[in-house]
Amino acid sequence: MIEVSDTPIDASAALCAIQAEAVGAGAIVSFTGLVRQHSISGHVETLHLQAYGTMTVKGIEAAAARAKARWPLNALHVRHRVGDMSAGETIVFVAAASAHRRAAFEAADFMMDYLKTEAIFWKKEVTPNGEKWIEPRDEDYRDRARWTVEAE
Amino acid sequence: MMVQLVYLGRLSDVSGQMTEDCELPDHVGDTSGLRVWLDRRFRSDGAFTHATVRIALDGEIVADPYPLRGAREIALMPPVGGG
Repeated sequence: MIEVSDTPIDASAALCAIQAEAVGAGAIVSFTGLVRQHSISGHVETLHLQAYGTMTVKGIEAAAARAKARWPLNALHVRHRVGDMSAGETIVFVAAASAHRRAAFEAADFMMDYLKTEAIFWKKEVTPNGEKWIEPRDEDYRDRARWTVEAE
Repeated sequence: MMVQLVYLGRLSDVSGQMTEDCELPDHVGDTSGLRVWLDRRFRSDGAFTHATVRIALDGEIVADPYPLRGAREIALMPPVGGG
């Protein structure tokens, strides 16, 4: 289940949804990403996230397909917000269900690294000092490189 | 040629809009020509010609110079910022 939407994400409901779908799974790992109040630009009043329609969704679907090929998953859900958000709001929810915990942890981690570096989103922070478009941090690219060791 | 231009990320600020229905002049025939034309049009000092800005025709990223003929939606995509 892949969803990119400007409506708020209810992480608890999203977790229930994957649990209902992942019949037979022994583990579900979920990650909820929240909008931070502070960044290097200062106090964040609004985070604005832009996607490019089907290209963004297709990219996430392709990454999910790679995850499913790599780990035995019963279900994999990704929900991503776009539009204007305030600090504390849920920006992303990722959950992976598998027979055992290791695959679920790794698949969720892999999907988050994809979303932080390669996913087709543009992000603007609005602070009291003005607006600024944000690019990935070096740390995000390093995190993502962890998954390229084996054939992918 | 009538197309829809999609300005993403900081380019939506440069152009002041996210989408625009636009009649391209006849001399703009490929992606490289489009970059130069947009840059002049918005007096954006290289915002569109920078190598990190990619162009997608109807949802497929193409390499410069790529013919625009037949494209309906042309997206100008700066480096993605991650979610």
